[in-house]
Amino acid sequence: MEGTLNLVGYGLSAIGPAIATGMIFAAYISGVARQPEARSVLQPIAFLGFALAEALALFGLVLAFVL
Amino acid sequence: MGSLFRLSGEGEGFVPPSSNDFELPPVFGDNAFTTKPIILVFLSVILVSVFFVLSARKAAVVPSKLQFAGESIYSFVRNDLGRDIIGHEFMRFVPYLFTLFTFVLTNNIFGIVPFLQFPTMSRVSFPYVLAVFTFVVFHYVGIRKQGIIKYLKDIMFMPGVPKPVYILLTPIELATFFLVRPLTLSLRLFANMFAGHLLLLVFILGGEHLFQGVLGLKLISPFAFAFGIGLTFFEFMVQCLQAYIFTLLTALYIAGALADEH
Repeated sequence: MEGTLNLVGYGLSAIGPAIATGMIFAAYISGVARQPEARSVLQPIAFLGFALAEALALFGLVLAFVL
Repeated sequence: MGSLFRLSGEGEGFVPPSSNDFELPPVFGDNAFTTKPIILVFLSVILVSVFFVLSARKAAVVPSKLQFAGESIYSFVRNDLGRDIIGHEFMRFVPYLFTLFTFVLTNNIFGIVPFLQFPTMSRVSFPYVLAVFTFVVFHYVGIRKQGIIKYLKDIMFMPGVPKPVYILLTPIELATFFLVRPLTLSLRLFANMFAGHLLLLVFILGGEHLFQGVLGLKLISPFAFAFGIGLTFFEFMVQCLQAYIFTLLTALYIAGALADEH
């Protein structure tokens, strides 16, 4: 077996952003389902939130390779 | 029975694909500027230009198939990414958004085109350059629109927040605008393309390696190949999605810089 434990750590650290991304889009979908005309208002907010949540996962990825 | 399930025919271990598989040697001699990703970038520029010049050359009221294809991509970027997000000043930014979208999309799809099969954006320097462009564009637009002092003040001191919160909020907002945004924009694209290509390598090379093994392993290898084909379609979805997200976030950042209040 070769490899580094960093990647296991990255896997663990990706759980948080994964749940966050899921919750953001769940809220977005149910919001659009309740009020379809709010879609264009909700979409930028949802994607900004998604970008912020995924930023954490990306930091983890970078650190997994850098450290 | 034991030999049926041995991991390899020759006792030689399977070498899993790693980041070394992305370091491709120069194609022509020793010239470091002719590696595969660079050639693919030039190819994508040629492909995109030729396609849209051809599709726009004989513009008619009743569009040909080619014109229809070109126009639907254009109207998708202009309406869904430009008008809906940036608002009434969107026409200034449509050329940039459109170039970005088609360029990233073509380069991503190279990852699953037979014989090319390398997503250019899995080399991190290309997304970096694109993110620097977006970074310059949205800050420049914001500074031009609001003046540098008001723009920086709006970033650092978001209106409508109790004063003590600024101790926490100001560093976060500064880091978000000047560090996190360009970094994550490029790394998101890079990481998705890198991971996707690696995934395909694992299944295809793994399937090939299994096929060289003993009989039991030969029987398993078609499943690996089938999974590889399935994942290729999944990759196609991811590649389109990432091009969309990159352009969408660029539009969002521009819209944020143009808005009077953040």
